[in-house]
Amino acid sequence: MDNEVKLHGFWPSPFVYRVIWALKLKGIEYDYIEEDLANKSELLLRYNPVYKKVPVLVHAGKPISESLVILEYIEEVWPHSPLLPKDPYERSVARFWINFATDKGRSAVRSLFWGGGDGKKEAAEQMFDFLKIIEEQALGDKKFFGGNSINMVDLIFAWFACWIQPMEQLVGIKVLEPSRLPSLHAWVKNFKEEPIIKENLPDPERLLAYYTRLTSNLVSKPT
Amino acid sequence: MGEESKVVLHGMWSSPFVKRVELAMKIKGIPFEYVEEELSNKSPLILKYNPVHKKVPILVHNGKPVCESLLILEYIDETWPSGPQLLPKDPYQRAKVRFWAAYIQQLLTSMARLFNDGKEAQGKALEEVHEKLRNLEDGVKEFYFPEGSISPDHVLAEKLGILDIMMSATLGPFKAHEEAFNVKILDPEKNPLIFSWVQALIQLPVVKQTAPPHDKYLGLLQFLKQSGFKF
Repeated sequence: MDNEVKLHGFWPSPFVYRVIWALKLKGIEYDYIEEDLANKSELLLRYNPVYKKVPVLVHAGKPISESLVILEYIEEVWPHSPLLPKDPYERSVARFWINFATDKGRSAVRSLFWGGGDGKKEAAEQMFDFLKIIEEQALGDKKFFGGNSINMVDLIFAWFACWIQPMEQLVGIKVLEPSRLPSLHAWVKNFKEEPIIKENLPDPERLLAYYTRLTSNLVSKPT
Repeated sequence: MGEESKVVLHGMWSSPFVKRVELAMKIKGIPFEYVEEELSNKSPLILKYNPVHKKVPILVHNGKPVCESLLILEYIDETWPSGPQLLPKDPYQRAKVRFWAAYIQQLLTSMARLFNDGKEAQGKALEEVHEKLRNLEDGVKEFYFPEGSISPDHVLAEKLGILDIMMSATLGPFKAHEEAFNVKILDPEKNPLIFSWVQALIQLPVVKQTAPPHDKYLGLLQFLKQSGFKF
């Protein structure tokens, strides 16, 4: 039991995938427990009483919540195949972009995909502005955000590699256009072709079906 | 002869985010230059060092800018490893500290919602604040104060860490918030641990020196409230 690693997750969650990728990139063995978020397990509620969310990583019986906290923990306990730069300044730059994706990225996604019909055009432009900053200042002319290999920043931006497409289909707006965001578009392709990532990607059809169900539930809710 | 480490902190006197960094630098005993910035008239340096957010705090170390207060705290701990440890050494303890630091950040966001208009919106914001304080009380009790109370030698200037810093900067000026909004935020009966923790922190010379002057801060909160300012 001593050093067992368990991951409580939910299959459509990009936050869970970040942890899966980090564990697999470092070759760490773990048990995966699929949670039904409509019917959360006792364990999950005990492990994460504050947020009651996944992912939760349990290492030697000790639970850790919040994907970014989990990733930093994994990096510290298993420092091989590093996912963050060693230099403190470079680390702060990587964390800056991780924060940016978490704060601004999430609100851009929310307004575009979950916001009402009226502000869609504005929301799409807001999303484009966000992505343009990422393309020009975070990615630049690198292959990955981590340089020649994937690092934690890539794992955080992976939402735009795999989850944005079903959203774009649902909403009928294409945001990640190759002509407007060429480097980011190339990054999406490179990211999805990376050996371990390739074998651990959510099924796009299944994701689309899931989001379709979610949004139709929202639409049919009485206002 | 090597170049001496030059550290400049760009900040604003009333910002709790800036206070976090100021406290961390003073606790670590790192000499730094402080530059007061006016946010209504941003200096070219802010735009150069933080083009994405154009905000303070910005810590410039030997010409290289580090932005975002919590990132700056991690950077400070990594770059100047001597002196008090802002983060514990053990990875699991570090994870706990990061978790609760992020949570205290959310508490600050909820406190900012007190600026919302109308009794209903304000009531909702206050409920959020109280709920977060309850969670924080339970969480830190188990993790940070296992004896169940603040022992005198826990809150010492030499032992302060990120959570102490976050609490000082966020809840240190709680009285000014209570006065400005005419609400009760920290109740010694509902949050005994947090209340005594904050009281112990605000007595420390380093926290006293760094805290914004009460009257000036209260004046600012009242002014912002009257001008319909929203965070």
